[in-house]
Formats: sequence, structure tokens, C-alpha cells
Amino acid sequence: MPAVSKGDGMRGLAVFISDIRNCKSKEAEIKRINKELANIRSKFKGDKALDGYSKKKYVCKLLFIFLLGHDIDFGHMEAVNLLSSNKYTEKQIGYLFISVLVNSNSELIRLINNAIKNDLASRNPTFMCLALHCIANVGSREMGEAFAADIPRILVAGDSMDSVKQSAALCLLRLYKASPDLVPMGEWTARVVHLLNDQHMGVVTAAVSLITCLCKKNPDDFKTCVSLAVSRLSRIVSSASTDLQDYTYYFVPAPWLSVKLLRLLQCYPPPEDAAVKGRLVECLETVLNKAQEPPKSKKVQHSNAKNAILFETISLIIHYDSEPNLLVRACNQLGQFLQHRETNLRYLALESMCTLASSEFSHEAVKTHIDTVINALKTERDVSVRQRAADLLYAMCDRSNAKQIVSEMLRYLETADYAIREEIVLKVAILAEKYAVDYSWYVDTILNLIRIAGDYVSEEVWYRVLQIVTNRDDVQGYAAKTVFEALQAPACHENMVKVGGYILGEFGNLIAGDPRSSPPVQFSLLHSKFHLCSVATRALLLSTYIKFINLFPETKATIQGVLRAGSQLRNADVELQQRAVEYLTLSSVASTDVLATVLEEMPPFPERESSILAKLKRKKGPGAGSALDDSRRDPSSHDINGGVEPTPSTVSTPSPSADLLGLRAAPPPAAPPAPSGAGNLLVDVFSDSPAAQPGLGPSPEEAFLSPGPEDIGPPIPEADELLNKFVCRNNGVLFENQLLQIGVKSEFRQNLGRMYLFYGNKTSVQFQNFSPTVVHPGDLQTQLAVQTKRVASQVDGGAQVQQVLNIECLRDFLTPPLLSVRFRYGGAPQSLTLKLPVTINKFFQPTEMAAQDFFQRWKQLSLPQQEAQKIFKANHPMDAEVTKAKLLGFGSALLDNVDPNPENFVGAGIIQTKALQVGCLLRLEPNAQAQVQWSEERGEGMQSVGGQAPQPVCGTLSRQQQQQPPWPQLQRHQPPSCAWLLSPQHQVAGSGYLGPVDGLFCFLLWLPWL
Amino acid sequence: RFMLLFSRQGKLRLQKWYLATSDKERKKMVRELMQVVLARKPKMCSFLEWRDLKVVYKRYASLYFCCAIEGQDNELITLELIHRYVELLDKYFGSVCELDIIFNFEKAYFILDEFLMGGDVQDTSKKSVLKAIEQADLLQEEDESPRNDPEEMGLANPSQ
Repeated sequence: MPAVSKGDGMRGLAVFISDIRNCKSKEAEIKRINKELANIRSKFKGDKALDGYSKKKYVCKLLFIFLLGHDIDFGHMEAVNLLSSNKYTEKQIGYLFISVLVNSNSELIRLINNAIKNDLASRNPTFMCLALHCIANVGSREMGEAFAADIPRILVAGDSMDSVKQSAALCLLRLYKASPDLVPMGEWTARVVHLLNDQHMGVVTAAVSLITCLCKKNPDDFKTCVSLAVSRLSRIVSSASTDLQDYTYYFVPAPWLSVKLLRLLQCYPPPEDAAVKGRLVECLETVLNKAQEPPKSKKVQHSNAKNAILFETISLIIHYDSEPNLLVRACNQLGQFLQHRETNLRYLALESMCTLASSEFSHEAVKTHIDTVINALKTERDVSVRQRAADLLYAMCDRSNAKQIVSEMLRYLETADYAIREEIVLKVAILAEKYAVDYSWYVDTILNLIRIAGDYVSEEVWYRVLQIVTNRDDVQGYAAKTVFEALQAPACHENMVKVGGYILGEFGNLIAGDPRSSPPVQFSLLHSKFHLCSVATRALLLSTYIKFINLFPETKATIQGVLRAGSQLRNADVELQQRAVEYLTLSSVASTDVLATVLEEMPPFPERESSILAKLKRKKGPGAGSALDDSRRDPSSHDINGGVEPTPSTVSTPSPSADLLGLRAAPPPAAPPAPSGAGNLLVDVFSDSPAAQPGLGPSPEEAFLSPGPEDIGPPIPEADELLNKFVCRNNGVLFENQLLQIGVKSEFRQNLGRMYLFYGNKTSVQFQNFSPTVVHPGDLQTQLAVQTKRVASQVDGGAQVQQVLNIECLRDFLTPPLLSVRFRYGGAPQSLTLKLPVTINKFFQPTEMAAQDFFQRWKQLSLPQQEAQKIFKANHPMDAEVTKAKLLGFGSALLDNVDPNPENFVGAGIIQTKALQVGCLLRLEPNAQAQVQWSEERGEGMQSVGGQAPQPVCGTLSRQQQQQPPWPQLQRHQPPSCAWLLSPQHQVAGSGYLGPVDGLFCFLLWLPWL
Repeated sequence: RFMLLFSRQGKLRLQKWYLATSDKERKKMVRELMQVVLARKPKMCSFLEWRDLKVVYKRYASLYFCCAIEGQDNELITLELIHRYVELLDKYFGSVCELDIIFNFEKAYFILDEFLMGGDVQDTSKKSVLKAIEQADLLQEEDESPRNDPEEMGLANPSQ
């Protein structure tokens, strides 16, 4: 029966649609639409009251226009009117319009909610379903607030029709996903679980979705669902294909329900009850067996549905990871799919096998498919399938097959799609390093990488090869020989020149014995590339040249000639010019001994987690695009506060990348075990604040009013981020959601502070039982006293209340106090825990100091626990003014003209607490090229953490009046290169290495006079 | 997360979002995704990773049906979900074609709503979904007697 006749009365609409379709151009279409809009507008405004039918028709036209991509700014009211119509179709169109087009116009929402309420109460199942659909489609918070309490009731009511139950379950699911706090748990939850036993398959299907989502948050409440799900699954799996009638899909019984049940089971560990477990294993085996049976239908739908269940079963087996037998069977099954003619199946098989490879039971089984996977990498026509194959090869790689896999991936790289090249490069680099048995293979591999895909070899990769070669003397000679050969290619990638330049500069002497690679040959080979290279590479080569002067005195004259050339000495680039000038002077002024010291071979690098691995993790993170979005979103969130945008380089916002770079893994210079060590503390101001430890009781002042910490929920996930905004700032908005805004104003003097908290009710409804309290987790009550004044327990809609806090810092502290806000809104209890923006630096008093004082004190503070150092990457452009403002906000004085390098920031201050005062010195060294800042803090009181009296600040000031350069100038160069210290007379006073370690800087220094 | 129907010419025919997304973002996503999907060749697999989502799509004649799902969701069953929806449309309209969906877009939405809700399957039985729709149609027919006003005949239409 042609559908057009089915209940279709809206000819006007059909005419309009075909008009639009007949429009020859975009302009004609817009013209036609505008005409229609004007027509509808006049009809709506007209004096003649429209009947339901016309209203429906016009609303429908508007909807169509909207779906064509045009904006609609009227008609909402008419749509809402349709909701209260008794005619089904009018109601239906009204709901459709609203669910597609509703905006959070509060006036309208109330009307809509009213209509929905009526329909929910109507006991007409069709109307109830429409209303439930509308709630689910809109799913806004307002709707949630209005109906979250009713829907569970409808869901478990004995007299609800099946179709209503289905809609109610899914509607509730939707609301729960949108705002979980609105859906109250209660006795209905137990009854929802029993819907798994319902006669009606549709109800079961809907209920499983709901339970799967709910049980993730409250696994214990829904524990009983496991055995019910297993028995349901077992009944479906063992049923004949016709038993379930209309729920059989192409001879597969209830595929959707089966998949959902298997999903649900993945929320829990394997069942403990032996009987249940036995039954489940039987089910899983049945599914695996069925996969071997001949298909009941040739239709792709049959096999898809069957395989959907199979893949979900395999996911469950992998999730349990405890049944070796099943794991191996799963792997064999996937192995068959690897050669299936359906691309979809090959894709999915590669994907699931990737997770199987990480299970100890099936790793070996996965490995047997290596040839097939390699073949897939070579022959698949679809890039997304090839990508999966590459992932799987990476996952199945171990020592036994590393060489084969790496060479295959290298071969693939030559033809790989540009989009995935960098990832493949990283993977090859990691595998080569991780499974290298002999390092000459490793060196070969990386050089091959550079040769094949030089553009995609990131700094991390070639830094890493330098580190490894530097640290292992057994490979240095081989590396020198190999790079020398590689450089002989007429065209080689710039990264190759960098690696080659560095390695020859260090280890060129190891191959100098061979006349084919004698020092002059090495030099002229490198220098032949010089002019084609970028500034950074040229700078590196200049460092290689000066190293050559030390390694091979016979090249000195030639190299000095090169350095002396006008093109170097007067180079427009400052870095190159400076290097040329200094290296030339160094080579002519310094004695051979000094040269040998300064230009000594690099010391081994400290071992750390590979930065390449970190980079891969970052790349694989949640979508490359979302990372960008984050950085874009970040500034705006600061803007709300209307303050200066903080440069995270100075504020404590921990950049996620810094984490991955393994900074945490490296032990911080000052890490005393004392729980509240000041050394730790300074590190922590610059990193994220540690999670508050619950424990001990409330503060004495609050003992009777405030709930114990065990009643306080954990701080909200954003608490740290919110706190970080206030490290360098005293005023602003601490928190804001749809209900509540909390503003902060605070001032601090010495060890005292006063804070005003402003709680604004953003809704139009009164908050009841409003009680904000301050809680001191852990030892904090002995460290910080906070007195709070009580506030009125009711906050009217739109009103703001103020709370005053008096704060006294008793001694140094690490964790901020918690602010717990509870109130009832519309009958529902709300609670919220934040971190109060009180950090130790609020009690930081600036101190002025002359350069000499500063450095003398700095030197005195040399015990490890007196120093904290952190190198971090700047997330924002480093602007000196912004940084300055931040440091001042941090609390220290900024000392000008102290550090010889004007780029660096130097500060001093005293942390004031009731028990003791701690002097602190601070240096921040921005490195604009690497976007890295190096900050150091030293505090003389730090060793007193154990409870000793602080060292008098001036006690030993005069001890160090020695004849030594006050603050030697540090010459630094781009990585990787050496650096040395020059005394004011420009004599070399010490040498060191300043180079990249995992993409950051490491500075090692030898001072002859120390 | 969302479901889109669009034609080979890149015209959007139906969109359904199961997660609050701003209008601007929606338009951007639709444009981007259409480009990606339309560029794929027929023999390629029906799944692709896009942003942080998985996209499952299938082409029926000139229409692409496209679903975005989350990482751990089952791809094959989603593919069959699309097929079941097409079957429903087909059964309802009687050998469905793109024009049916254009002219009866509201019906296409109703059927989808009856089948999927909040992004989850509500009922997988073809019969019960169609029964619900037919019931609704029945109600509609009772409501309405044939009408004969001039605009219905397209007479009030200025372009004719």
C-alpha cells in the first residue's frame, strides 16, 4: 500500500515541498521559503483563529524549512498549543517540532512541561509514549528536574502498558545520562532489575540498556542483575531460531538483546557463584560453536547479526581474561575472520585481536597470525583497515618477532598514508628501542626511519637515538660509521644531518683511523650539507666543528677558516653569529687542556621513560582534535574571572604533557618524606595539589556544626582546576553551575587572611537548608585555622548571601581546606565539595634584596631538601609582562637587575606562618625556543620541617666573602650543544652540558673551583 | 550519539541527535562527516574512526545512513540497526525511496522515534514498531475528514 495515502491530509505541505524541490537555484529556493515564512507569519498573526489542522500544517512547514537548514524564530507558541490538542496527529506534530527545535526558552519550557504532565497523567498509553519521547528527545535539565521523580514510578507501576514501560526505561536512561544527580535511586531500582524477567522482549531490551548504564555508577545496587542476565542470555542462545518469533532477526534470535546482555555482563567481574558461571561459560561456548555452523541464510544480515553477538562474546571473554581455553578459541575464531572476504569482518577481527594480544593467555595464539596481518598491511585497500593491522602488529610485537615486524612496518612506511606516518614512525622507534637485542640494529632502524620518512621523525625520536648512542659505548663506533655512510647519499634529510653532525662530533674519532673517513673527509662531508640546512641545524653543526677542533687538532686551521668567514661572523642570525664568534675565540684563546675539558665527550644521560612513548600516548589520546579544543576552551574559562590570563608556565596548572614527559617519574630534587615538608610544598604549588586525604575530625571551631569529613563527598573533579585559578589571584568566581555561583574575595597580611565568599542563587526557587562549611582534611587543622560565620539557611531565588572566613596560617601546609556546600533545591538535596582557594603562597611576603645577597643566600641553600626545581613546558606563549604579573600574584618580590640574564626572573619572599617564617628565593628561567621554563626555589627554613627552629637568616651571611666570580655568565646554546661558564674576564670557568633530555633541558655543570 | 541520513549529493535528509550539541557544532560535524563518508569508495569497510567516535554507515541506493557510536559499542549490531530501520521504512512506505523520506519526513521521524529512543533500541520487533505507527495512523484517519479548501489544492500558492 503506498504510504502517501496513509493518513496523509496535508496537501499544502506536499505542494510546498515539491515547489522547493523544483527550485532551480539556491536563490529561488530562499525566495520561495521567505514567501512561505511571510505567509505563515501572517496566518499566525491574523485575526482569524486557526483551526488545529492549519496550525499543524504550518508548524510542519516550519519544521521542514528548519530541516533544510534555515533558522526559524517563531511558531514555538503554536507548536505548544498543538500539544494540548486532543487530536493525535496534531499533538504528534507539536511534539516533533518541539523535540527538533526547542531552545531553552524558559517561558515556553514551563508550558511544554505542563502539556507533558497532562499527557503523562492521561493514562492513554499513546499519549504517554509521546510525552516520554519528548522528554527523552529534549533531555534538558529543566525537564529532568520536572519529571525525574515521576518516570521511575511509571516504569515499575504494575498497570503500565508494555510500550509505556519501554519508553519510560529509555527516557529515564536519557535523563540519567544527561544529569545523573537528578535521578534518585530508591526502592524502584530493585524492581527495575526484575524487568529482566519480563515476558515482553521489548521491555527487557529497553531495561537492559537502562541497567547497564545505572550499574556503572552503583554496581552493588544492581548486583543481582548478573544471574538474571545470564539466565536470560542462556535462554536466548539455546532457543531455536523461530522460538522468539518477531524478535528473531534473519534466523538469529534476539541479536540486540543478546549484545546488550553481554555488554551488561562486562560491567561486572566473572560471576562468583559456580552454577551461574558454569551456565555463562556454556553460553559463551555455544556462541563460539554456532560460529562454526553453516549459515542459515546467505543474507549478509544473518551473518552480521550472528557475528555481532560473536564479537560481543569475545569482548566479554577478553574482559574476564581468566579462561585460557575460551581466549584461545576466540583468537582462532578471529584468525578465520582475518581472511574473510567481508572487509567489515577483517576490520573488526584486527581490532579485537589487538586487545587479545595483551592477554598473557592468548598472546602466543595471536602471534601465530603474524603473516596474515602483515599481508593485510600490504594488501588492504582501505586505510582504516591498514591502520588496524599496524596497531595489531604493534600490540603483538615482542622480542621474538620484533625484527620482522619492524622491518615490515618500515617497508609499509614507504607507501603509508600521510595521515598515519608520524604514528608509524613513533611505533617503529619504540619497538626498535624496546626489543633491541643488539644496538647496531637499533641504530640502523632509526637511520632508516629518517631516510624513509624524515619529515615525520619528530625531535623526540632523534634525541632519543643520540641519548642511547651516548649511553652505550658498544654502539658508538658502529653509529659513527653508519651515519658517515648515510651522509654520503647525495640528498639526505636534514634530521639525518643533525644526527650525523652530533654523532660525528662526539665519536668521529672512532672511525678516523680509516683513511676513507679521515677527519678532513668527515669535516668536508658535513660542511657540504651546511648551506642547505636550517639555522637550528647549522648551529648544531658549528658545535660539531668546535668539537672537531678538540678531537682532530689537524682540522683546526680549516675550521677556524670557516668560522672566520664573513658569512658566519656577520651572520644575520644572532645564534649563529654568537656561536661563530665564541667558538672562534675559544679555539684560539684556550689551551689544549681547557679545550679538552670544555669539549669533553658528553656524559651519559640519566635513564628515564622514553619520551617517544609519552608522545605516542599523547597522540593516541582522545582524538587529536579534542586536544586542540581543550587549549581553545581553557583561556575562555579563565576569562570568566576577568583577570589576566595566566600563563600556565608560572601558574600551577599542570600541563598534561608535562606529566607524560615523565617529570613525575623523576624524583624531585627535594622530596623529604615528611608529610608536610616545605620542600614538597613548593614543588606542589607548582604542580597539582594532591588529593585531600580524608581523616581526623573537624576543626575545633566547627565541631558541632560541621559534618565530619566522612560526610563530605570528595571534591568535584574540577576542584583542582578551579583552585589553580586562584593560586596567583585573590578574587574571582570560584565555581558556577546552573544553580549556584560562588564568588571569592580575599586579602592576606602576614599569616592572617580574610575571605569573603558570595553564594548566588541563580534560579528563581529558594534554596533550603543552605549550609556551607569548611573542613580540614588530614593534618590541616594543626596547620591552618579557619573560622567561619554561619549564614542564613535560606537563599531566595536570585539572591546572594555572603560568608566571612577568618584564616590564620599556623604552620606550613600542603592541602587546601575543603568547602562543602549543601542545600535543598526543589526538594532534592544538593551537595558540592570544592577546594577553598587558600594555598601556602597566600602567606608569602615580598622581600627586596640586592644581587649579591641573593646569590650568596642562594648558594647557602644547598641541601637537597632546601631546593625544589621543576622544568615545565609552557602552554601559552611566554610573555614577560604576563609572567611578571603572575609572579607578583604568586606573592614574591620581583628583583630586577639581579640575574645577569635579563630574560630570567628572580624573586624573594618570606612565608609567614604563626610557628615559623621561611625565606624563599625563586628563579624562573624561560627558554623561549624550547618553550620551557626552569624554576628553582630555595628556602632556608625548609630543613626545619621536622620541628627544629629555623636557621637565622643572616647568621652565616659573611662566611662566603670569597674571591670568585659573583655570578658567572652562562652561555647557552640550542640543543643539543655544550655550554660553558665564562667569568667576567671571559675566561672559561667551567664547562657543562646543556642539552635536551626527553625534549626538555638538562643542565650538568662542572666547576673547576668547586 | 547521532544519526544522519543524507543523499549522495550531500543533502541532509534527516538528523537525530541523542546528545546535546549546539547548532553550530552540529552543522560543522554534519559537513565534515558528510565529506569523509562521501569520499569513501564502495568496497571499503562500513566503520571508521572519526574524531573520538566510531561512525557506522551504509548506503542504500542514493541515501547514506550514518550512525555515530561510542568506542565500546558494537559496530555490527549498529549496522543491522540501520538495516532494521530501512526495513521498517520499506514496510511502511512500501518499497521506500528517497522521495518518500523527503515528502513524509515527519513519518520517518516517527518511525525512528518508535524504534530508537535516546540512542538506544526501544523495540527490535518489526511488528510492534509498525503496529504502533499504524495505530497512530488509524487515530489520524478518524480525526480527519477529507478537506477541500483552496490552499490544499495549491491554489493559494503564489508561485502557481
